[in-house]
Amino acid sequence: MIPLHWYIGLASALFCIGVCGFLTRRNVIMMLLSAELMLNAVNLNLVAMSHYLESLRGHAFTFFVITVAAAEAAIGLGIAIALYQHRRSVHTDSFTDLKG
Amino acid sequence: MTDRLLVLNPAAFNWGMITPVLPELILLAVGVVLVALDLFAPRQRQLLPWMTVLGVSAVLLMNLGMSVPPEAGIMLLNDGYTAFFCTLCLGSVILTALMREMYSEQMQAHHGEFYSLMVFSAVGMMVMIASVDLMTIFLGLELMALPLYVLIGMHKKEFRTSEAAAKYFLMGVFASALLLFGMSLLFGLSGSTNLAEIGTYIKSHSLASNPALVTALALLVAGLCFKVAVVPFHMWTPDVYEGAPTVLTAFMSAGPKAAGFAVFGRIMLTVFPELEPNWGPVLVMLAVLTMAVGNIVALVQNSLKRMLAYSAIAHAGYALLGIAAGTASGMAAAMSYLFIYLFMNMGAFAILIIFSRGQEEHESIHCCQGMAAKHPVLALCMLIFMFSLTGIPPTGGFTGKFYLFQSALAAGYTVPVIMAVLLSAVSAFFYLRIIRLMYMGAPEGQVTINSPTVGILVVLGVAVAGTILLGVAPGALFDWAQRAMLP
Repeated sequence: MIPLHWYIGLASALFCIGVCGFLTRRNVIMMLLSAELMLNAVNLNLVAMSHYLESLRGHAFTFFVITVAAAEAAIGLGIAIALYQHRRSVHTDSFTDLKG
Repeated sequence: MTDRLLVLNPAAFNWGMITPVLPELILLAVGVVLVALDLFAPRQRQLLPWMTVLGVSAVLLMNLGMSVPPEAGIMLLNDGYTAFFCTLCLGSVILTALMREMYSEQMQAHHGEFYSLMVFSAVGMMVMIASVDLMTIFLGLELMALPLYVLIGMHKKEFRTSEAAAKYFLMGVFASALLLFGMSLLFGLSGSTNLAEIGTYIKSHSLASNPALVTALALLVAGLCFKVAVVPFHMWTPDVYEGAPTVLTAFMSAGPKAAGFAVFGRIMLTVFPELEPNWGPVLVMLAVLTMAVGNIVALVQNSLKRMLAYSAIAHAGYALLGIAAGTASGMAAAMSYLFIYLFMNMGAFAILIIFSRGQEEHESIHCCQGMAAKHPVLALCMLIFMFSLTGIPPTGGFTGKFYLFQSALAAGYTVPVIMAVLLSAVSAFFYLRIIRLMYMGAPEGQVTINSPTVGILVVLGVAVAGTILLGVAPGALFDWAQRAMLP
């Protein structure tokens, strides 16, 4: 059986990749994808821990996280479309209306 | 087999089980009715704000009158703490619904779905306030935030809103992911998602110096600081508050922020009391930094809306000082302060909505120049709110700050309290500048403001009454907050 540490190591690595991607990318879609990667790292963590603790709570939690992530993606893409209609770009460098 | 069928049999279903979540379910039903009314009876649209006010008030009264004995393993707890914060958040929904009509008249944009989305957001706030389980905290948080993302970006004609929505959305998702990773670590360490069980587990296994637990604490604090806009996680706040429709800015800086503080306090005081030496000083430092950034950057703002946004950041710092004290009386002081802030903040935003006439170019601080001569009553209201935000007696802002600083001093944070008082003095500069402009500035040409609607006048009346009453006789509020903190 694969030890729990490996799962947690993989989840932490995924989470860090997500954080780095979120902080370095300048495209709204890519930032959204990085955030989804972070959420999936959480899911991996929860499922692995739930299996080793022999508790169902982590599994239930994962289902909620997946559902909420889907709702978030729907709203996020909607906002991205609204942005694109206004300024023909979804780059955060084009966010220049609000400053100071 | 028979066991499974029993679940499907309505007679065998234990209906008493849903009593604890009845207010949330009723509020959900109100939201659905509002959607249907907006869709099928567009002519009756002027009824929507009043129906919202009626429905939310009914749920508020129901929530106050409810007392459900706590059982083991429940996810939503209806204690005094829940009742206090629910009153605060539902109060902010009612006041916002009353202000909305004035704003949409000025903007020439009537979006009926505004009310239903706000009610759904209120359901999320109620869930997160009452929850004592990591799962329901996360679900409530998201249910609160998702309608807000849509609400901010709703006025698509205006250029700023979609940018504000995108910024708020990205920051919100990032903060939730941080929070969730912390939660998953907590679950892995303790094998439970119940806050009280995790707290006892940490205590009984003396995990206080476990690196994974400290990581979880750091991630949770970072995620929650994002949600309540504490420096250095505040970057999104000024832009989002400026870009969002003004009514929504008023709502966001009162309701959702208070709900965030409710979760913050609940997690810190039930899960991590053992680690208080770790997080107490850090949070106090963040609180002082937040006040410094909020108050000092507000000095140079020329937009009244943006100035109020920075003032909202500064006030989050004051409330955080109460939580950082780590004591029940500190939390009670923070709760009372958030309650007082609801009145003075809503009042100031109501005046901004009346004066700015719904246009971006009128949101500068010069929109209130010389208003005292033409609209003495409105100017007097603004004077009271500005005095209260500064913390000048006999207004609520003074008593609230007094109790906050007192509880922080009792917890041994002398230097931070001195800095907080000094930064309050700095804030007097920009709040009193508005008053100077109103009373001593010459009116700018021929300015005519739209006559205020009934709703916004009610909000102004409530806000003035609340600010003054809580300044003169704050005893009842502080007693209520103290009682809410008792186990």
